[in-house]
Amino acid sequence: MLPFLAYALAFLFVPAGEVIVGAFKNAHGHATTEHIRQIVHQPYRQQYWLSIKVSLITAGLGCLFGLAIAYAAIREGTPRVVRTVVTTFSGVAANFAGIPLAFAWIATLGTIGIVTKFIHDHLGYDIYGHGFTIFGERGVELVYLYFQIPLMILVIAPAIDGLRREWREAASNLGANSWQYWRHVGIPVLMPSFLGAFILLFGNSFSAYATAYGLAANGIALIPITIGFYYSGNVLSDPHLAQALAFGMFAVLAVMMLIYVPLQRRSARWMR
Amino acid sequence: MAYLELNELRRSFGPVVALNGINVSLDQGEFLSLLGPSGCGKTTALRLVAGFDRPDSGSIVVDGKDMTRVSPNRRDMGMVFQAYSLFPNMTAEQNVEFGLRIRKNKRGARRKRVKELLELVGLEHAVKRYPHQLSGGMQQRVALARALAIEPRVLLLDEPLSALDAKVRVQLREEIRRIQTQLGITTLYVTHDQEEALSVSDHVAVMWSGRIEQMGTPSEMYSAPATPFVAEFIGTMNRLQSVVVDGERGEVEHAGTRLTVDAARGRTRGEKVMVLVRPELLVLEPSANGAAGDNTLAGEVVTHTFLGSVTRLKVQSREAELISDVATARVASLPVGQPVVAHVPNEGTRLLTLTEEPASFELDPDNP
Repeated sequence: MLPFLAYALAFLFVPAGEVIVGAFKNAHGHATTEHIRQIVHQPYRQQYWLSIKVSLITAGLGCLFGLAIAYAAIREGTPRVVRTVVTTFSGVAANFAGIPLAFAWIATLGTIGIVTKFIHDHLGYDIYGHGFTIFGERGVELVYLYFQIPLMILVIAPAIDGLRREWREAASNLGANSWQYWRHVGIPVLMPSFLGAFILLFGNSFSAYATAYGLAANGIALIPITIGFYYSGNVLSDPHLAQALAFGMFAVLAVMMLIYVPLQRRSARWMR
Repeated sequence: MAYLELNELRRSFGPVVALNGINVSLDQGEFLSLLGPSGCGKTTALRLVAGFDRPDSGSIVVDGKDMTRVSPNRRDMGMVFQAYSLFPNMTAEQNVEFGLRIRKNKRGARRKRVKELLELVGLEHAVKRYPHQLSGGMQQRVALARALAIEPRVLLLDEPLSALDAKVRVQLREEIRRIQTQLGITTLYVTHDQEEALSVSDHVAVMWSGRIEQMGTPSEMYSAPATPFVAEFIGTMNRLQSVVVDGERGEVEHAGTRLTVDAARGRTRGEKVMVLVRPELLVLEPSANGAAGDNTLAGEVVTHTFLGSVTRLKVQSREAELISDVATARVASLPVGQPVVAHVPNEGTRLLTLTEEPASFELDPDNP
């Protein structure tokens, strides 16, 4: 317990405290609420909304696709090798992020990416000419899904494993069809894990920086990118505003937790 | 016409033949146990009846209707599984109510039925508890109530007591029988525990290697086993490999000792047979000189196993190891190392023709 507490203190509480305290200071070290007032107005309000939107979309789609793939790979009757391949790939893909991932997608679906060129040359369709761009919001969402879906697969797989064959058979024996089984048993049993996974994916996406930066540094105004600019920018350097923006991210995550906790408690009341 | 009929059911999994053409015929309200060691095909048979699996060939008929290709949710069969089959997200009453909700029964009627069933299984005090808040025995009672709630045509029980401790097992099996008799539900019960099968069933079918070796009433199965396997599996049996020497007088020879056995009368001289004697029929007497008299085998007591009112003695004879159940009060006169003679009774001793070497099989470790 002690090593964990030391770890949490050094890498969570002290940095978080530093951010919170810094958010209420000006450049001269005096207390102020100026930065906090700033971040609730434009352009930051719009940036928060965009970050939340991207996170909700990628967490939602990641959860749905991840659940479907994990179930298909784990369900009874699927060859064992499929499960091995899917979980191994997921283990790699869930950790493949940042600049290398951004580059891989630019090389694939960038303006002269191999897939873009292939579609253009062989199918006669110019995806960029029809409004698609990997460097905008949709592109970032697409790239985030690359690690969000595998992460969901890894997180939800044990819960799917926990669905006992006897429950499905008992439900069927009592007259339930497949949908009725899922509605009354499968989904409620998976729900606590699903909600937990959703929060994890939301946080994962909300705090992602390097991937979006590598992909569309100037093309998309996500909060982590703006924080990066204020921390390290030569012209726009304002560390306390960056800390205030980070404080705002804490607040968003706290609101998410306030929504999540009662939902989770409700869905998991049968476990207590 | 029988209520439940299994006709020539066959099922293979790759090269493994799990069911090799079984036939069962059961009247309405009867209780049949499928009994056998692990891997004998009994659970496969039950799953085919439930509809969780399809037979390669053969048919399942219930009340004159062919159910072989009917999906499990349309068969109206209640099933109790080995363990952990209660829906974990539902309370005891919600579990019992599930089948009625699926059938869209009215709320009032549902509640009434659930209450009745939970009272029937003695769990009226635990209706609001979730499965993890119930003991193993209570969970199985709820599972039984849930299976009964839909008023099934056939009740299927797949080793429902195997995960419970011995005392609860005995108590619950009696309750299952009481409820089954009270409701008059045709029941198919799978178990590897012969005591369980014999104590609750109208009929027992002993299965081995995908076949039904013998089917009959518990008393028939115990007193008149038809094959060496059944003889060995149901209860404990002394097996004496012998040869008929005089069919007219009913004499056989076992390792040089002549025994007169009623069951050997009319047999052909030279016929290889197995003489089967239950331990409670083999009477032991102390012997001063170890000499055997008429219809006796000489030996020496090697072990005592206390079983309560009787003690099981193992006797090493020259030819075989014998087992005899002796009243515990008498055991003092038969200590370990005591030379004894074992009287093989004329009557009550069974005889099987040996066409091949007796079958070998492994008993379940928890049912030795």
